Amino acid sequence: MHNYQDIINRHQKDPSRLLDIIREIQTLSGHVPKEAIAEIAGQLKLSEAEVRGVVTFYHFFSLTPRGKYTVYLNSAVTSCMQGRAAVARAFEVEAGCLFGDVTPDGLIGLFPTSCIGMNDQEPSAIINGVVFTSLTPLKAGHLVRAMKTGRLVQDMVEEYGDGANQSDLVRSMVSNNIRKKGPVIFGPFEPGLAVRKAVARKPEDVIEEVKNANLLGRGGAGFPAGLKWEFCRREKTGQHYVVCNADEGEPGTFKDRVILTELPRLILEGMVVAGYAVGAAEGVLYLRSEYSYLKSHLEAVLEDMRRENLLGKNIAGSADFHFDVTIKLGAGAYVCGEESALLESAEGRRGEPRNRPPFPVQIGYLDRPTTVNNVETLCAAAKIITHGAAWFKSMGTPKSSGTKLLSVSGDCERPGLYELEFGLTIQELLDIAGARDAFAVQVGGPSGTCISRQDFRRKIAFEDLPTGGSIMIFGPWRNLFEIIDKFMDFFIEESCGWCTPCRVGNSLLKEKLDKIRAGRGTRQDLRDLEAWGKLIRAMSRCGLGQTSPNPILSTLQNFRELYEAVIDREKDFVSTFDLGEATLGAARLTQRQPILEETSHE
Amino acid sequence: MSEITFTIDGKACKAVHGQTILEAAKTNGVYVPTLCHYEGLKPVGSCRICTVRASGRYMAACTQFLSPGMVIENMAPDLEDMRRAIIEMLFVEGNHMCPTCEKSGNCELQALAYRYQIMAPRFPFQFPLRTIEASAPKIMLEHNRCIQCQRCVRAIQTKDGRKIFVPLNRSHKKKIGVDSRLAAELTDELARKAMDTCPVGSILRKEVGFAVPIGQRKFDHKPIGGGNGEGPAR
Repeated sequence: MHNYQDIINRHQKDPSRLLDIIREIQTLSGHVPKEAIAEIAGQLKLSEAEVRGVVTFYHFFSLTPRGKYTVYLNSAVTSCMQGRAAVARAFEVEAGCLFGDVTPDGLIGLFPTSCIGMNDQEPSAIINGVVFTSLTPLKAGHLVRAMKTGRLVQDMVEEYGDGANQSDLVRSMVSNNIRKKGPVIFGPFEPGLAVRKAVARKPEDVIEEVKNANLLGRGGAGFPAGLKWEFCRREKTGQHYVVCNADEGEPGTFKDRVILTELPRLILEGMVVAGYAVGAAEGVLYLRSEYSYLKSHLEAVLEDMRRENLLGKNIAGSADFHFDVTIKLGAGAYVCGEESALLESAEGRRGEPRNRPPFPVQIGYLDRPTTVNNVETLCAAAKIITHGAAWFKSMGTPKSSGTKLLSVSGDCERPGLYELEFGLTIQELLDIAGARDAFAVQVGGPSGTCISRQDFRRKIAFEDLPTGGSIMIFGPWRNLFEIIDKFMDFFIEESCGWCTPCRVGNSLLKEKLDKIRAGRGTRQDLRDLEAWGKLIRAMSRCGLGQTSPNPILSTLQNFRELYEAVIDREKDFVSTFDLGEATLGAARLTQRQPILEETSHE
Repeated sequence: MSEITFTIDGKACKAVHGQTILEAAKTNGVYVPTLCHYEGLKPVGSCRICTVRASGRYMAACTQFLSPGMVIENMAPDLEDMRRAIIEMLFVEGNHMCPTCEKSGNCELQALAYRYQIMAPRFPFQFPLRTIEASAPKIMLEHNRCIQCQRCVRAIQTKDGRKIFVPLNRSHKKKIGVDSRLAAELTDELARKAMDTCPVGSILRKEVGFAVPIGQRKFDHKPIGGGNGEGPAR
């Protein structure tokens, strides 16, 4: 019997720290037991059902035991392309249980998980918070055998990656794979300079500089960062907040992981600059659970900055600017990358998006005016304050200033991170990455768009092909339908379930796609796919639902011939219901052959 | 409070600042179909049936605030068809057997299906395996009929603000859970309120039922949304 009371007390019985409490219990007990839920509910003055509601929302929390060792094997497309199936089989055979299950002795649990941000080194898995990359069936076998001898998971990491991955506080086998350093994010960095330059100016001037630089949000939506800061500053009510969105969950993106590893100071200085600009005294860095192995590393940097007076009271010698940052961890939910869902989650609730308006700049974290900015956006803002708007605008295109970090994965010789100026074409990127025979490129992840060769001359820019940074390359030997199918599985799994079109519609789309892939589709089915997809796009409540039909809609547009090739062009209608298939079981049992003739209704 | 003007399907309307599109439409005598919305509860915009279009953008009328000069489309045929599709989605998502349901005639989902003249859904039935939860002494939860509107979540709380009905899970596995400890102490009054607030027959009181015979119920004579109760013919 564990003492949950200690954990709850340590978090001051604060409902906004419910996720932290649950995480500790999950780690301690391998699940969140009934007694713990009763204890939490009693102490936090919630109903038990409310606590269960939070536990069941997040992928990494569970009401039932997940094993002393819990393996979360990435089920994203790029993982599958690099041989996930064989690795999964090796885990199953060696452990003696199937995925989705725990071994009878409760030692090992095997579970799939959505993209964990390691696309350039797949297949990858998280075991008790520790990341394992470039797995093979052989390595999987080794890992399971080590688990059976009771080894500490951290001790199973035999080799460390490059850069800060080797540091004492990270000790991770993850590789940075930085292929191209650009002038903004990876340009020269003098610690403290951005903060000192900012506090030497008026907050309004700092905002003006960022506005003049035309810095558009790097998470994908492209909202002008300076304008967001201005809106937030303009709100008069009390305390303001800066929230750094480090919850990159779009399959295929891992750029923020590399920044968090190699340039944490740049992010945090960006947060300080933002805090000064909007008039905030507190910042929250919301870190996706998959990157929790970087938490101590980030906390050490926070300590350094406090010592250097870049955080804390009277920052950089200013008269009245006080600011500090805390780190909050997610728990496995793609939708929390949506800023209002992120705030719900940071406040200890289910990560369901809020209705907007009011926008977070008006009513955000703890109901206070809040600017939520992407990791890369904050880094760019710090550099803009250091070098000026004109410098920033001299790069990129007139409408998309600066550079973009691109996480490149899939069928190419050099997967990894590239910092390149906006305006470069997909073909140029493919050449740099060594993708000689790309057949399709997924720009911006599943929620983005899938383009074919005829669009490879298009530019990466907000005015042409916008992207939060995910670029997945597919060679001609790949089955695009399988990829689309995986993407739809992802959206079905990650929908928060709040609104009807997203909760119900995506399953219906996938069912329709299954029918077409099975060779039972007609022209009408293609028309349905398009109409239903557009309906989900129009009627859904948040960005997740509004972009969830994109894998289908963009391939219907750009790879129409693939669909046309598998439908039955002769028939107007083929039933979804297959009588032969439906009666197969009964036929086998009764040892009779069904007579399946076309029935005429004329 | 300042007055603002706007139009719905070309009709000139007036409203006060701070009203949602739905509230403003209502004050101007314009019907916008709703399902998750419930007078007096904070709107959540979960069903999306009240979606309207303004300047080419789609928005839920129940959660979107009106802005001056808005040009709102409410009855455009393509919009009405999308609403119909949403209702059909709710039918195929669960297991709805109207003839045996205690809420038949009082059910808002059923009433909307009549208004939109739905004969058969365009989507395949999902036939999910769902259970009936009857552990609470005064109520039972018929999960087959739940449409995730969250009315019960919002309407029913204990005196100290604890929720008795709560969303569990996510994605298509999302369902309403009931707190067994708190449900055991549910008063008759709250149990009645829970059942009345539920737009479908998902929350039912035990040991009572069919007090009003089918044929004499709310929507049996007066269609939902008034008028002749007919949406556009398909």
